[in-house]
Amino acid sequence: MGLSEHPLAQIVQGGEPWMTTRMDFLVNWSRANSLWPMPFGTACCAIEFMAAAANKFDLARFGMERMSFSPRQADVLICAGRVPFKLAPVMRRIWQQMMQPKWVISMGACASTGGMFDSYAVVQGIDTIVPVDVYVPGCPPRPEGLIYGIMLLQKKIMAERASDKSLRQEMEPDPRSQLYIPPAAIDELSEPFGNSVHQTRSGL
Amino acid sequence: MNSSAPFTPVIAGSAAADSVPATPKNVAHRGGPASPAADALRQRFGAAVQRVDVVWGETTIVVDSARIAEIVSWLRDDPAQRYDFLADITAVEFRDAEQPIEVVWHVRSLAFRRFLRLKVLLGQGQPLQVPSVWGIHKSADWLERECYDMFGITFTGHPDLRRILMWEQYREGYPLRKDFPLRGRFSRSEQLRQALSANPEARYSMDELSIAQAFEDLPNDMRRRLSEGEKTGEKTGE
Repeated sequence: MGLSEHPLAQIVQGGEPWMTTRMDFLVNWSRANSLWPMPFGTACCAIEFMAAAANKFDLARFGMERMSFSPRQADVLICAGRVPFKLAPVMRRIWQQMMQPKWVISMGACASTGGMFDSYAVVQGIDTIVPVDVYVPGCPPRPEGLIYGIMLLQKKIMAERASDKSLRQEMEPDPRSQLYIPPAAIDELSEPFGNSVHQTRSGL
Repeated sequence: MNSSAPFTPVIAGSAAADSVPATPKNVAHRGGPASPAADALRQRFGAAVQRVDVVWGETTIVVDSARIAEIVSWLRDDPAQRYDFLADITAVEFRDAEQPIEVVWHVRSLAFRRFLRLKVLLGQGQPLQVPSVWGIHKSADWLERECYDMFGITFTGHPDLRRILMWEQYREGYPLRKDFPLRGRFSRSEQLRQALSANPEARYSMDELSIAQAFEDLPNDMRRRLSEGEKTGEKTGE
């Protein structure tokens, strides 16, 4: 996505080089093409993520080659793998430590929905802990899938408007329950689906 | 194997041409020669040895729960046994509620290359309690904690018996018990609320974190260097 291709950008040939563009576009363009990922790899999706970062698929093409293992220098949290309940406060803490602007990619079935781990130990979708921007389906998704998700995120970033104050609002969890969406919504999101509806909560 | 030469290395391809590999194909499902430890334990502990089973060539010895620590200790120290490696501690609960819960110890003799499975049966109405073997094998520390976390079996004498896989404030019960529903007892929002309200740093006891407390356990030369204020990697006197 070259800057000169944008309809609003004009580069006048000859004389002093200058150009005009929209501020939103310039900011979004630079953000979208230098996303620093915070890799939160917990399972097999992380293997595919590593493959995506390595030379064959080469995340560097998207300005993402700099893995930020400190959340304070990261732009996008890529959750690759299932998140057990014991890790939920850790993930929440990492998300809160990240600076605005920040985004989340939920990579794979487990991170997005709990996947096949409809059990006592696994969070049924990380969107119950942190707000998610892009869900990448797959078990695990191939690197192409993740790259497609990243390109969708770039599209989303390009459409952001600085005048939209709601975009950069920090998520405020309820101080008593630490939940940021209503409990009823979490129960609904976590409802079993597919084959697992045949199981019951009563056990045995 | 000759007990006077406890260790002979195995060289690939060195087995006799007519020897039969010890795979399940050539081993009876049940029966067969029991490990020599079975007879030795019977001689030494008598009625404390309740039953000896041989399944797929592996010996399982069911023993009295009160004497398990004594038996594990004797198996480690007896020069003819030398079961010096505690591989696993776990438990088995059967779907049939009449069947007792089994606590299982896997010990291995590195010197004689033998494997032995010890079991204690905890019948209905009996407290889920067995003596800890932490004093004999330090590797029992986390194994017993895991067994306690998943099955709720109390190991008396364990120095720090608390949950290891689930967080310490986990209140839903013991996940691997048969009466535990797969998705847990609480609603998903309640599970998430309890998980998120935990402080991620508070799960470690200060014992695990404090270097100052470990100072006395450090080797002498390291204590001397630390007390002199030497920093890692610094060159001195040049």
